[in-house]
Amino acid sequence: MSALLLARALAVGIGAHEVCTHLDLELAAGETLVILGRNGAGKSTLLATLAGLRPPRAGALRLAGQGYAEHGPKAAARLRAWLGQQRGDPFATTVLETALTGRHPHLGRWQWEGPEDLRIARQALADVGLAGLEERAVQTLSGGERQRLAIATLLTQEAPLMLLDEPLTHLDLNHQIAVLELLARRAASGAGIISVLHDPGLAWRYADRVLLIYGDGDTDLGPADALLTPERLFRLYGHPLVRVAQNGRVAFIPE
Amino acid sequence: MPSSRRRRALFVLTALLLLAGLSLGAALLAGSVAVSPLELLAGFAGGESSLAAEVVLQLRLPRALSGFACGGLLALAGALMQVLLRNPLADPYVLGISGGAGVGALAAILLGLSGLGIDSFAFAGALGALMLVFGLAHGDGSWTQTRLLLTGVIVASGCGALVALMLSLAPESKLRGMLFWLMGDLSQSLSPWPTLGFLALALLLALPFARELNLLARSAESAQTLGVAVGRLRALVYFIAALATAAAVTSAGSIGFIGLVVPHLARLAIGNDQRLLLPAAVLAGGTLLMAADTLARTLIAPEQLPVGVLTALLGVPIFLFLLTRTGKYR
Repeated sequence: MSALLLARALAVGIGAHEVCTHLDLELAAGETLVILGRNGAGKSTLLATLAGLRPPRAGALRLAGQGYAEHGPKAAARLRAWLGQQRGDPFATTVLETALTGRHPHLGRWQWEGPEDLRIARQALADVGLAGLEERAVQTLSGGERQRLAIATLLTQEAPLMLLDEPLTHLDLNHQIAVLELLARRAASGAGIISVLHDPGLAWRYADRVLLIYGDGDTDLGPADALLTPERLFRLYGHPLVRVAQNGRVAFIPE
Repeated sequence: MPSSRRRRALFVLTALLLLAGLSLGAALLAGSVAVSPLELLAGFAGGESSLAAEVVLQLRLPRALSGFACGGLLALAGALMQVLLRNPLADPYVLGISGGAGVGALAAILLGLSGLGIDSFAFAGALGALMLVFGLAHGDGSWTQTRLLLTGVIVASGCGALVALMLSLAPESKLRGMLFWLMGDLSQSLSPWPTLGFLALALLLALPFARELNLLARSAESAQTLGVAVGRLRALVYFIAALATAAAVTSAGSIGFIGLVVPHLARLAIGNDQRLLLPAAVLAGGTLLMAADTLARTLIAPEQLPVGVLTALLGVPIFLFLLTRTGKYR
C-alpha cells in the first residue's frame, strides 16, 4: 500500500526565506508527525504546501500515490483535511452549519446534506465537547470554542490525512489534551496526522516522529524520543531548555 | 439540514413568491388610468382591447417586469459580491461598473442618442470599467480582495469625475434626462425580456455553485482544502455578478441600495446558505424594486420620481436599522 503522503526532495520557501531545501518525508496510515520550530521558521508554509495549497519550489508531492493536480480538488478533499490558523466568518452562521461544511467533498453538486451527514457532524461536535451548542451563532463563541468547532469541521470531513496548523491555539489545558487524545484515537483507527505544535513535551508524548524546522533551510526528521534533546531544542528555539522526566512523561522547561 | 430549518426556508420562499405576485398586481392596477382587477383579467384573456387593457399590457406590464428583473439582478449581484469580497458592505457597484455605465449613458445623451443608443453606450461603459478594474487589479497575478476593492473604488471615482464634467458641460435641455438616468429610472427602459433573460441566466449560472460559495464566504483556503477550485469559482462568479450589474444598470440606470440592502434582508429571513439566499434575494429584490417603482410613478402623479431616489430613501433607514442590531448580526 502506498504512503498517505509522500514528499521527495521537497524545497519550500517564501520570499527569500528557505523553509526546507531537500525534505524527504513519508507518512503512513496510523502515524503521527509533529512539526516544531520557532515563529516565522516556515511551519505553516510547509504545512500549506503539504496540503496542496501552494506549490513547492522543487520536488515531488504525492497524496495516496498521486499528485494534487491529478486528484483534482474534490477527490483530494476526500483524502486530506487541513486546519488553518485564520478564523473569521464575516456573515452570521450557526455551529451546526459550520460543522456541516466539512461534508462538502462527499456531496454531489445538487445534493443536500442528509441524515447521515447530520449524524457525522453532530458526532464530531460531541467529540470536541460542543454538543448542545448546535444552534449557537458562531460569532458568540469564545476563541477556544471556535477553535474546537474548526477541529470538529475537520473531523466531519473524514479524510484519512489530517494536517493541523497549531490545533491547540486558544485551548485550555484540558481541551489541549482532549484534542490530542481525540487525534490519537483517529490515528489508531488509521488516520495519518501532521500537526504544528509549540510544546516539545506534548510532541514527545503524542508524536511518532518529529520534524524540526530550524528556519535556515535545515531540517531534522526522526523519532520523537531521539530528536527531542536539549541540544537540538536549543538550536531550534535559541533558548536553553531542561528536560524533566516524571511518571513516564517528559517536559521541557525553559531556563 | 434540519427539517425545521427546511420548513422555514420553504415558508420564506413561498411568502416571497406571494409578495412578488401582489407587487406585480399593484403595479398593473395603480396609475392615472383606473383599471379594475376584472378588466385586468379580461385584458390578459385577450378579449376586447379597451384603453385600460392597452395601458396595462403596453405600458405597465413591461415596466413592472423590467423593475422585477433589475431588482433581481442587483440583489443577486450584491449577494455574490458580498460573498466574493467577504465584506458585508460590498454592493454591485463597488467595482466601478455603474460608474462606467454612467459615463457611457451620459455620453450617449450628450450625443443626442436615445433608447437603444443609450443602452448600448451604457453597456459598453460598464464592460469598459469592468475590464479596466480587472486588468489593473490582476497586475500581480492574484486578485486579492483589497486590491480589487481599491481599484474598483478608484475607477468608480474617476468615472464620477467624468460624469460631473459631462453634467457641467451639458446643455440645460438635456440635464433632466441625464440626472434621471444617474438616479435610476425605469420609465426609459425598453423591452423587459432581455433583462429578464439576463436574470434567468445569471441565476442558473450561480445556483450550481451555491454550496461552494458558502465555503468561499468562510475562507478561501478552507474552501480550497474542502474541494473547491477557488480560482475558477472566483473568476466565474465575478463574471456573473459583473454581467448582472451591467444588465441592470443598462436597463434602469444606477439604482442604489437594492444590491446592498436586499441580500442582508434576505439573510435575516432565511440565513446565509447561498442555495436559499440567492433565490430569496432575487425574489425580494425584484419585488422591492417593482413596488418602489409603482410608488415612484403614482406618488406625485402625473409627475414621476426617479425610482432610485425612492429605493435610497427606503434603503438608508433599513440599512442603518440593520447595522445598529449588529450584536446578533454582522
